[in-house]
Amino acid sequence: MKKLITIATCILMGLATNLQAAEPLKILTWKGYAPQELVDKFEKETGTKVELTFTNNEEMIAKLRATRGAGFDLAQPSQDRISSVQAEFNIYQPMDYAKIDSAQIIPSMLAAVQKNTKVGEASYGVPFCYGTDGLVVNTKLAPDAKDYSALLDKAYEGRISYRLKRPTLIALAFAEGDDPFAKYGDATAYKALMDTIADKMIAGKPYVKNYWSNGDALLEMIRSGEVAVAMGWDNGGWKLHAENPDIDFVAPKSGALGWIDTFTIPAKAKNVDGAYKWINFMLRPENAAVFSNQEKYATASKEAGKFLDAEVRDNINRSFTAADIDNIKWYPPVSTEIEQLEGKLLDKVKAAQ
Amino acid sequence: MKNHFRLGLFIFITPVLLWLLLLIIVPHVELLLMSLHGKDDMGRTVWTLANYRNFFTEEIYWYTFVRTALYAVIVTILTFLVTFPVAFYITKIVSPRLSGFLTVLLLMPFWVSELVRVYGWMILLRESGVINHLLTSAGLLDAPVEMLYNDITMLMGLVYTSMLFMVVPLISSLEGMDDSLIEAAHDLGASPMTIFYRIIIPYAAPGITSGSIVVFMLALGNYLTPKLMGGKNSLWFTEQIYNEFIASFNWNQGAAFGFLLLALSSLIIWAGLKISKQQLGKALS
Repeated sequence: MKKLITIATCILMGLATNLQAAEPLKILTWKGYAPQELVDKFEKETGTKVELTFTNNEEMIAKLRATRGAGFDLAQPSQDRISSVQAEFNIYQPMDYAKIDSAQIIPSMLAAVQKNTKVGEASYGVPFCYGTDGLVVNTKLAPDAKDYSALLDKAYEGRISYRLKRPTLIALAFAEGDDPFAKYGDATAYKALMDTIADKMIAGKPYVKNYWSNGDALLEMIRSGEVAVAMGWDNGGWKLHAENPDIDFVAPKSGALGWIDTFTIPAKAKNVDGAYKWINFMLRPENAAVFSNQEKYATASKEAGKFLDAEVRDNINRSFTAADIDNIKWYPPVSTEIEQLEGKLLDKVKAAQ
Repeated sequence: MKNHFRLGLFIFITPVLLWLLLLIIVPHVELLLMSLHGKDDMGRTVWTLANYRNFFTEEIYWYTFVRTALYAVIVTILTFLVTFPVAFYITKIVSPRLSGFLTVLLLMPFWVSELVRVYGWMILLRESGVINHLLTSAGLLDAPVEMLYNDITMLMGLVYTSMLFMVVPLISSLEGMDDSLIEAAHDLGASPMTIFYRIIIPYAAPGITSGSIVVFMLALGNYLTPKLMGGKNSLWFTEQIYNEFIASFNWNQGAAFGFLLLALSSLIIWAGLKISKQQLGKALS
């Protein structure tokens, strides 16, 4: 009996100390954006427990919209998906840039994100990492895939994969020599352009193996040689290149699509202090480098270059010439109207036989 | 005494009512209101039936629904054809001791989640998968073929995931059947076909009905299997609802689709019961 009481007391005390510990930091983010090594280090440094939820842009917005910005202390949407969502649903709180250690961040990138996430007087985002969407190609099976048009090419029948999401529509529009970003303001012109792109995608549908929705599954299909040409993120191509030199990321001729993922603080975040601590922690050069070395994404941290592996630096030089970098198309902020229009077209492509 | 009974009833029924009200009715009312709202040209939120009208005017939406419903019906029929012999074998042919063991064997795959089972199929069927590897190394195939991402694979996956929900009601209804009915029919000279159609099927009808309803609803409401195994051609109506909510941020449209799915599937089940002359109460009892 005595033993039982001791055990019960221990359990209760354990529970009590758990309750006393500070509010955990709940982060809504992409897979790979919070390496375990850094989570451990942060927990040791601050004593705050970190809880991670992995998702993507669309689900991030839907989750926060459902709770009107509650349930998470930090989110990491792409910079072009913030301002219109914020204006309509009010799910984030203004970023207090005085609490950000801005000396750590590449100044031009911080300025660009501040400008693109501005709603009214306040801005809502801090850059975290950036990268591009382009082609991941098995150069042995598809030596001539140099542009997005390869995704519609009969030559690679049954060896093509891409996402049924808006980047694909935009990429194919650029490959047609058009500029969809210039038409963001004019919904009618934009719809006319995207209608023709959707028709092309339907015509090219027989050559597609599948529409991928999970990055790891895509990498697995390219690794096994089932897919030769895919539209995907640069870091995926570089990861595979380390395993098999035939596979690499190719910056398309009509321009890789550049995205910047950010930190934003949801409107009803409970642990705001912890969120700012995490932002400054993740952008500290040595920490940002740990993330970059592991995930191969480029970071917005200014001095991280010093800590990068040589292999990571080589990746960029191998895939991008100076002209390719100048040719990167950075996503401007997008309106919900445009996203709805695209959603309908993508459904049409998926339903077509 | 009577008062006492009332109090007891009240205590026991409150959690059920609360559960129904808070988790089922309130969210549905909110969704219903949402589905009746839309934006006018000025971007203001107004009452409208446009979300429902869209379903009937936009070809792609009702096309997807018809396709989904048709496939769900096919899945139901296939599932019945596959599971009936199994259920009959377990209840009528093998010894009672073995039948318990066989039932457990049948249920075992369902102890793991649907996602894991679907991925299992994908590993078997993919182009660089197990079956292709065996066939090519045995010399039966020159080059591996892609067996995933078509309608037949998707149907097979759906039949597999819903088998359990057909086989359990079938077993329980066949178990209650007296074997001497079959023997008597046999003695009186009925052919096996007559016995099957005139005795076994009518007796098992409530089990078949309840199994079919569950399988039909599950197939209609499935999201995972069509998306993962069906691949590029398999736009399922549930996926369309998901897309409206998640990709297009159009919750009003998504909510309207949700209600249309509820109404239309209820209608199909009602029609099915009328055609087969079955009663819902009897099937579920």
